[in-house]
Amino acid sequence: MLEFRKDIFADERDDNLIEIGQPTQRQDILGHVTGTSPFYDDHRFANLLHLKILRSPHAHARIRSIDDSAAARAPGVKRIIRAADVPVNLNTLLSLIQFGKDDEPSLAADVVRYKGEPILGIVATSERAALEAMALVRVSYDQLPAVFDVEEALKPGAPSVNPTYPKNTFEYYGKYDHQKLRFGDVESAFKQADLVLEDRYQMSPIEHAPTETNGSIAVPDTNGRFIVYTSTQALFFSLDTAAKINAMQSNQLHFIGGTVGGGFGGKVDTMTEPLAILAARLTGAPVRYRFSRHEEMQFGSPRGAERISIKDGVMKDGRIVARQVRAYFDSGAYTRLSSYAVVKCVAHIPGPYTIPNVHADVYCVFTNRTPATAMRGFGVTALDFALESHMDKDAVALGIDPLEFRILNAYRDGDMKAHRREAKNCALIECAQVAAEKANWPLRDEFRRLSSRQGGGPARTGGAADRARAPAIAPAAAPPQPMPQRVAYERPTPAAPARTPPTPPPRSAPPPPTAPTPAGSTHGAPRFSSVFGTRRR
Amino acid sequence: MAKHRGRGVATINYPVGMNLGGDPSQALVHSNPTGKFTVALSSIDLGQGMKSVTRQICAETLGVPVEDVYVDTADSDTGPHCMGSFASRGTHRVGNAVITAAREARAVMLEAAAEELEVDPGDLETDGKGSIRVKGAPHRSISVRDVAIAAQFKQGKTISGRGIFLVPLSDVDPETGEMSPATCYAHACLIVEVEVDDETGEIAVLKMTSAYEIGRAINPKLVEQQLVGGSWMGMSHALYETPEPYYPNTRDGPRDFNEYLMPGPGDICQHDIIVLERPAPDGPFGAKGPGEMCANPVLPAVANAIFNAVGVRINELPITPEKVLKALKARGGGAAGASSGRAP
Repeated sequence: MLEFRKDIFADERDDNLIEIGQPTQRQDILGHVTGTSPFYDDHRFANLLHLKILRSPHAHARIRSIDDSAAARAPGVKRIIRAADVPVNLNTLLSLIQFGKDDEPSLAADVVRYKGEPILGIVATSERAALEAMALVRVSYDQLPAVFDVEEALKPGAPSVNPTYPKNTFEYYGKYDHQKLRFGDVESAFKQADLVLEDRYQMSPIEHAPTETNGSIAVPDTNGRFIVYTSTQALFFSLDTAAKINAMQSNQLHFIGGTVGGGFGGKVDTMTEPLAILAARLTGAPVRYRFSRHEEMQFGSPRGAERISIKDGVMKDGRIVARQVRAYFDSGAYTRLSSYAVVKCVAHIPGPYTIPNVHADVYCVFTNRTPATAMRGFGVTALDFALESHMDKDAVALGIDPLEFRILNAYRDGDMKAHRREAKNCALIECAQVAAEKANWPLRDEFRRLSSRQGGGPARTGGAADRARAPAIAPAAAPPQPMPQRVAYERPTPAAPARTPPTPPPRSAPPPPTAPTPAGSTHGAPRFSSVFGTRRR
Repeated sequence: MAKHRGRGVATINYPVGMNLGGDPSQALVHSNPTGKFTVALSSIDLGQGMKSVTRQICAETLGVPVEDVYVDTADSDTGPHCMGSFASRGTHRVGNAVITAAREARAVMLEAAAEELEVDPGDLETDGKGSIRVKGAPHRSISVRDVAIAAQFKQGKTISGRGIFLVPLSDVDPETGEMSPATCYAHACLIVEVEVDDETGEIAVLKMTSAYEIGRAINPKLVEQQLVGGSWMGMSHALYETPEPYYPNTRDGPRDFNEYLMPGPGDICQHDIIVLERPAPDGPFGAKGPGEMCANPVLPAVANAIFNAVGVRINELPITPEKVLKALKARGGGAAGASSGRAP
């Protein structure tokens, strides 16, 4: 099922290693397969209390009043936790790395901004007692207009979701409502392109769906410390977040993680620890706060939805000369980590291809839905779906094999990327070649011979990078190159095959394996001449 | 009514570590009095094998058998800071921190051994089996156990080391987006074959073939589990999953696994994987991180394969039978137009 191609890049590797590269059995495997590895919820406490959260039934509403008097008197209830009980009731996760403003309360004080937003905590002797008491809480709301579509949210007069960012967009650098990418000149390139293709892509939210839902147990220790058993993916990140919200010193908290029953990015947000600790402080007893499956599915952060529009300018010889991307990240009601993913998305544009003109605007937009967060491939997964779907459409429109089209445009060592750093250590071409060979996807000889290590260089982007202010920002960037005054893709290798005018077939099917370009038919006008150079075999 | 087969491809890369850097991790390595080592971390093993990867890296760097190393992690009182297990950063960031810590511990271990053998530490080498010997004179050797005992009880040395790895935080130019997002990238190409039923709109994923370039496979079995699991997630993202089936309309959200659709074991297909290793200059033994990227190529490859099979483009995820049927109907229905240009 898994094999290695050790022959490729062998000259860059030291393979005389002892432990590295061995399929060593993991040290915890016996615990995992015998069901004895300890999860946070395997810790047992005789006097354990349970925290359940009353959540908003509305997507956007002003809380007029809360009457929890009957709930407070209900059997088994030890404590009601209200917004006013939270020491620091406004936080944003990335404040730990000084990115963004505090915008999210642990418990909503006056306004709820998504269906499922926490309003009130009930600490009781059992989950059942807490849930039964919750049914006795009376909350009256004034419903407010809500917005669920990212582009609707940007229109003038749209309901304002998040008072920290009243225009419904995260603020970048104190002045922009989006992250920009500017490289070369897309407008001129679109005018010169043989073909311009535009399309729009949408990824819906996706749930992490861990086997173990988010949860934690906070246990009072001596000296005013608390031990917190947690399912977090990021121990100190969660510890520092919980300390901030509870106005505690970090060394008052002793976090113990361990086996995690599935993370995928959904256990970074520290959704249970701060209130579990607060409940333990207020009651003096161990408190468990764990999400039900319903809470995990609908009110734990999902992978956020993304809407991505792509416009490509392509030449008949297969070169992509311009790529413009406009994308909207649906952050839900609060920032959490979406602001970070926007920048990561911009860094990923235009994908692993060398394109001389690239332009992108990516927005982090607030809507009245469950706040989104990190998930495996954060900022990249939906973009890759859009880019690679669009690459296929480009290839079909040009009548070029979709895999050869990718190899043709793949970045190589020495190329200049759109974020103005030199491409190094590239291997996209080799992956394409190896996968094609294994899957019997026919590639013509000249594509089988290409290498990530040859033919790259700043000339492929027309020296666009030299116009950048690269040295001012990162001295580690490539040294300035003399700027070639042309948009030419000079590639010394390989030999040019015969030029076949692109015949646009309606389908993206790879050419039949029986009919690859014969090795001998390389005379005549060079194909992809501007790309491969004009050297003949 | 017919079933149509198609093939699709995607090629991707993926950045290793948090975007822009600024995400440190630390490691502490020390020997007990009989030459067995502990790596102290606070990094979380999510099942991806964090403990195995760091254990093998530590053993290789120290020059001792992997059985002589255990990794203790996920306790904030005993483990030094780690940013967390996300962003494909564990192997790269924590692995590098472990190398630094293990090198420091190894230097003390060799000093202690040199004192026992009355040679220069520079003349010593480890055999990876639990002994330290004089280069070129293997009969002059001492076990790591005896070195640790001597260091602890005779020489008063602590065989230990500290490590941290930090990629300095990059600025971002607000006007151009100029930045240093990552120091290294992993790569992949994935080809997928699907079968589309033009009557029901149902899609079966028949086979995947992929090539992944990941710098260095520290543990091939862990790489395989990531890549196989990731492709399953990618297929699930492509065809099944969302808590908001009518996004941006919020109605009909699933509440449990009866309502939240995912493929079952019977839907999983053969996946031939080939691993390439082009070492990252700053990776631990060249390693990058395959953790997140392996779902990504599956989504577009499946969409492209569906087009190849029945000639419709679905731009909205997940690609449900409902969307396929609507697209087929909009284009004239059935398999019309889908018979030409079939995949080989």
